[in-house]
Parts: sequence; structure tokens; C-alpha cells
Amino acid sequence: MSHKPKALVLFSGGLDSQLAAVNISKVQNIEVKLIHFYTGFCITEHKRRLGIPNKDGKIPQNPALKAAAALELPIEIIDISQEYINVILNPKFGYGKNINPCLDCRIFMLLKLKEIMKKEGYDFIVTGEVLGQRPMSQTKDKLTIVEKETGLKGLIVRPLSAKLLPETIPEEKDLIKRELMWDISGRSRTKQINLAKTYNIDYEQPSGGCCYLTDEHFAIKFKEELSFKKSLNWDDLSLMTVGRHLRLPNGTKMIISRNEGETRFLNGFKNRFDWAYVENKAIAILKELNEEDIDYIAKIMARYCGNNTTKVTLSINKNMIKELAEPLEDDIINNLKIGDMDHVRRR
Amino acid sequence: MLEDVKPDLEHNVCGTYCPIPISELSNQIKSMSLGQVIELIADDPGVVEDVPAWCKATGQEFLGIYEEDGEFHAFIKKVKD
Repeated sequence: MSHKPKALVLFSGGLDSQLAAVNISKVQNIEVKLIHFYTGFCITEHKRRLGIPNKDGKIPQNPALKAAAALELPIEIIDISQEYINVILNPKFGYGKNINPCLDCRIFMLLKLKEIMKKEGYDFIVTGEVLGQRPMSQTKDKLTIVEKETGLKGLIVRPLSAKLLPETIPEEKDLIKRELMWDISGRSRTKQINLAKTYNIDYEQPSGGCCYLTDEHFAIKFKEELSFKKSLNWDDLSLMTVGRHLRLPNGTKMIISRNEGETRFLNGFKNRFDWAYVENKAIAILKELNEEDIDYIAKIMARYCGNNTTKVTLSINKNMIKELAEPLEDDIINNLKIGDMDHVRRR
Repeated sequence: MLEDVKPDLEHNVCGTYCPIPISELSNQIKSMSLGQVIELIADDPGVVEDVPAWCKATGQEFLGIYEEDGEFHAFIKKVKD
């Protein structure tokens, strides 16, 4: 090979992807570029958007960016959020425990990396996958499916489990050495934590990742909404990450902010949805509006905005309506809440 | 003074949140020449930490950042292809 070999690293900023990057760049001395895909479903990013601080009071930082800076390795952040909707809605290999299409997600991201690899002349791809760590995407069978579906057989290096996996093309070509990689498998994090100490790696993200799609409550909202509509768009999915969700008796979906950050976030949807508002208290975004639900909407706003007689402003088809509403009883509201499985089953 | 820096390119990403400002910065800087300066204008307070972190990771020069009326103005000099 005439050129200096270089590799792309699929990088979340979690411990495993950091170790993979360190192995290839610092242990094997290969030039790398870290690639972090923005799907729109990272809980850390979303907390930041809502202004929710960490326990130490600081604004949460993008874990991939923070880790790349600490490792002093170049990183590119690529927004795949719009295309990613198709992966969520139509996963060829199905969902995990919730609505996490882990295998399809992995295939989608690796296909993106393959495009960059070809376009920019990289030699191979590196991931932080650990054999047997995640049943949906990291068993030997699943790793084989991923290679077949992406056409990347032999070109995906997984340094954490490399000694347990077939030899890759970069190893055959002696670009990297098998003996410098590891033999980690299973869900235990002990070996990774020890390696983190060895290489002085800082890590924050919990080992389960920070993806909304693995969140049970998000999955309930997702399934409920799909029982009403044939398909979902980016706004539908984005709105599932905030607020109280209620389905009113005539079909209206109501999403009410619970704090200042959520109010600010939901305000961004006012120009394309109907809405209800109580000054200095909360906003509700209204979807699939049935005007027969308007009284309910006003009364629910009254319940969550002081639980007293409340002046509610509604914007329906861009027409402003003002109502003085009494709060709706909790017993009735509880039956409208989306989030309990019984509610979904009734539909 | 940072306010006196004359950027070669100004890019406004107000209304977007982490990590889109950084993704946009990365895209813009690709088309710039070495030595040119970009001013990134954002209203996500996270850029205060993200932009220097991105510069440290990618080897670009972070010139500084200031806030005015809720908007953050970050200045980055391209020193590496």
C-alpha cells in the first residue's frame, strides 16, 4: 500500500468507542477520523435543549465532542436525523425491547461510513462493538448479518473483541496487529473499566447508551400514536420526547409542558400546530385536533396551571379563542393520559 | 478585541441545538481556505464549551467567543485542512 493507512471510527463518545479509537490511533498508530451521527434521539442532547443541567449544575456537553477533545482526535458530527426516521418506522430486522431498531440502526450508520470511506479514501471502519454485549446487535450472528447487509465483510474492525472474531482485511494486510487488540466479550464492563484506567480515559455515558428509542415511555407514546396514524413524521417523534401526553375523547392529542424548558421547546411548534396557552404557566401543542375537544383542552390547562379557574388562550386554525375554564377532575384526566400500557391496549 | 475581528465568513445557526451548530461549523469550514476566519452565531449556550472542544479535537484555532443579547459569537480560524 503506497499511502498511509487511515480508518473511520463510529464514535458515540462512550467508553467502548473511546477504547476502540484509542487502540487504533494510539496503540496501532493509524490515522483516524471519528464520526458521530446525530439521530435526534440522544437523551443528553435533548436534556441540553431543554436547559436541564447535570447533577453538578453544568450544561450537559455532547459526549462525543467532549471525548474527542480529550483524546485530541478529529471528529465529524453528521446530521442523519431526517433519513433516520425511515429506519425507525420500517426496520427490516425489527425492534428490540422497545422501539430500538438496533440492527437496522447499525447497518444504516455503517452504510453511511462506507460512503465516506470510499469518498475520502479511508481503508477500514472501526467500531466499539463487544461480542455478546447486546443481544439485539452484537451477537456473532448479528455481526455477520451486519457485514453481509453492508457489503463490508472484513472491513469492520472491532478492537475490543478482535481476538474472538475472524481475521479482518486490515489484519491480513498487516496494517494493524491482532495481538495488540483485545478479547472482551459479554455484558461485564470490568475489562473496559481497567483499560480506561490504563489509557486515562474519562467516560460519563451509562453503558446502556443514551438513546430515547430504548426508553419504555417513549415506546408507549410511539405505539399509541401509530394506532391513530399510518405514519409518523419528525415533529411527531420530536414531540414524544417532552411533556405530558393525553389523548382526548374525540381524538385530539395534547402535549402539555411541565417546566420552563419544555415550554420553550414547545413554543417552537406554535407556528405549525394548534395550541393552548396559560400565561407564565404552560403551553400545550394540539395535534389531530377535533374541535369537540376544546372544552376539555381548556379544563385540562386549568388543572395543570394552578388547579383553579383559569384564563386559557387557544389558537385554533390561527383563530384566537379565550376561555375561562374550571379544572378537569383528576379521575377523568388519568384516563386520558398516554403512558400506561392499559391505555394503549384499549385502542 | 474579539469584537474587532473581521471574519471571512459569518454563519448563523440560531434556533438549532447541540450538536447541529458543530455539524454546521464543520461543514462550513471545509469550504474555507487556510487562514480564513469564520464567525459562528448561535443561541445554544452549549456552544461555549462545544466550539473550543471541537477546535481542540480537530486542530483548528479557537479565537474566542462573546455573548450579546442572548446570542453567542464564536470565532474560529482555519489552520488545518
